Amino acid sequence: MMKKRSYVLQSLALLTMLTLSLAGCGSANSDEKASGQEDKKSVELLNVSYDPTRELYEEFNKDFIKKWKDDTGQDVTINQSHGGSGKQGRAVIDGLEADVVTLALAYDIDEIAQTRELLNKDWQTEFDHNSTPYTSTIVFLVRKGNPKNIQDWDDLIQDDVSVITPNPKTSGGARWNYLAAWAYAGKLYNNDETKIKEFMKSLYSNVEVLDSGARGATTTFVERKIGDVLIAWENEAYLSLNELGKDEFEIITPSLSILAEPPVAVVDKIVDKKGTREVAEAYLQHLYSDIGQEIAAKNYYRPRNETILAKYKEQFPQLELVSIDDFGGWAKAQATHFKDGGTFDEIYVPQ
Amino acid sequence: MEQSTFIQQASTKKNKAATQSAALQEPRIIRYTLTCIALAFLAFFIVLPLVSIFITAFQKGVDVYFAAITHPDALAAIKLTLIVVAITVPLNAIFGVMAAWALTKFNFKGKNLLLTMVDLPFAVSPVIAGLVFILLFGSQGLFGDWLFAHDIKIVFALPGIVLATIFVTLPFVARELIPLMQTQGTSEEEASISLGASGFKTFWYVTLPNIKWGLFYGVILCNARAIGEFGAVSVVSGHIRGMTNTMPLHIEILYNEYQFAAAFAVASLMSVMAIFTLIVKDIIAWKSKSS
Repeated sequence: MMKKRSYVLQSLALLTMLTLSLAGCGSANSDEKASGQEDKKSVELLNVSYDPTRELYEEFNKDFIKKWKDDTGQDVTINQSHGGSGKQGRAVIDGLEADVVTLALAYDIDEIAQTRELLNKDWQTEFDHNSTPYTSTIVFLVRKGNPKNIQDWDDLIQDDVSVITPNPKTSGGARWNYLAAWAYAGKLYNNDETKIKEFMKSLYSNVEVLDSGARGATTTFVERKIGDVLIAWENEAYLSLNELGKDEFEIITPSLSILAEPPVAVVDKIVDKKGTREVAEAYLQHLYSDIGQEIAAKNYYRPRNETILAKYKEQFPQLELVSIDDFGGWAKAQATHFKDGGTFDEIYVPQ
Repeated sequence: MEQSTFIQQASTKKNKAATQSAALQEPRIIRYTLTCIALAFLAFFIVLPLVSIFITAFQKGVDVYFAAITHPDALAAIKLTLIVVAITVPLNAIFGVMAAWALTKFNFKGKNLLLTMVDLPFAVSPVIAGLVFILLFGSQGLFGDWLFAHDIKIVFALPGIVLATIFVTLPFVARELIPLMQTQGTSEEEASISLGASGFKTFWYVTLPNIKWGLFYGVILCNARAIGEFGAVSVVSGHIRGMTNTMPLHIEILYNEYQFAAAFAVASLMSVMAIFTLIVKDIIAWKSKSS
């Protein structure tokens, strides 16, 4: 009995000690942070972004930290959060305290502005070029040697071609894909809506796997080796090419595509509360600087700066680009094409 | 006294012999087939994936492996996971003992309701567990405005992650103890109380020693789940690198970023933790038998 009791006592004592010591660690840590923020010598920023910008902001943050230190003598720490664009927007609405948001669609930032009024409704006028410092477009990733000889959108509706693209109902990236194809068909058939829908129908009947997100679709194509062509963002296509094998894939740029504009914004209410407005604005402004544009180009985003774009023209072939404004803006495109009963529901028949 | 023990021993021996011969009557081929099926199943569903984790982890060499697990973000994830475990496990151990003690040693109104409530986290999907805390403490939630005004962060910070983990791991200790304490009954406690011991003394000297192995077992299961919880934590984490990513979240991020070797390196670390937990569990089972 005595022996048993001492076991219990020992183990309880151990447990208590462990808890206390770890709790001690935790609180010591928060002390450090608290004092760090009071001290004007350092400042923290949280950039809430979407999935494929990790490499871009890793490089860009390093450069900005150095620049800010040189300019003001202040140390800035930049924390990054990445995830699906819609999910990240939702998290900011639910209380993730982002100083800046750099998301895939203006629609997601609009959502933050509308539901919680964390920033002005006309946030898109705050920075140049609709607050989009870099752009991208939709291209095709095919297997090496292009065995099915895919050159343009109309090759995707051939009977023997298997297409991989995510579901536009759940994926922001997939909406760009859908609209790009729509724009091509619109030009081909002179905006005859029945013919466009027929084109879209045969295109989506060739879709072998309709993943829920862009990264999932890439994995299906690249890792599981399903499909002949992946419709993807240009930057994402280059990333797969470089990370996963230049000898396995090729990028095909179609004759016409859509100008994808991933926007950036300062979250007014949060920066005013934290007192980080100045550094947050400088941070986003730095994306427009020559060096920021260069970093964007190096990470396969098309820079806005014409000179730098020309420098990377090998990487970014010229093509005809339509913009979301040709669809009447995101809110309208969303309502016409992707809400329940929209054109996607009309043309897509689950197999 | 001696005689009765002898008879008892004899009868157990006889019983054992009987069951053994019954087992022997089963044709050899059936026994071997069943064993082989079980082993093949285990090999395919447990051993193979486990081995492949380690193979993938070391695919790009030892350097990449150690770079992955010593990366500041990985270290932060490990530290956060350990902090979460250190807070949730003791709290759930205390709650579990209290709940089991109340539910098995006393009769009161609403007992069955309490029993059902303890089981609730098993039945609810972790995603919902996470969303519940967003609904309560998120900016648009019940306490959202008040928390924002007072600059208190619950979700997308450590407190939210701890709350979600507590919710998900709540039943483990209680569920382990309740059947054990039910079979033990209340006679020993009644004896203790009737001899004049206080309630606390009875608990400390009579109940606790009886349940300690069950308690340990529950704590270990709770611990394993707290380390590995993904769904609920994913919802409330905010995925801020180096700050609110636990180990499972960090693995998912690495995987999605095509860093397969690094993802599996961290996964292998978690597997080692799991194997270690199982060994501790076995030691406890063995110790509790021998005592």
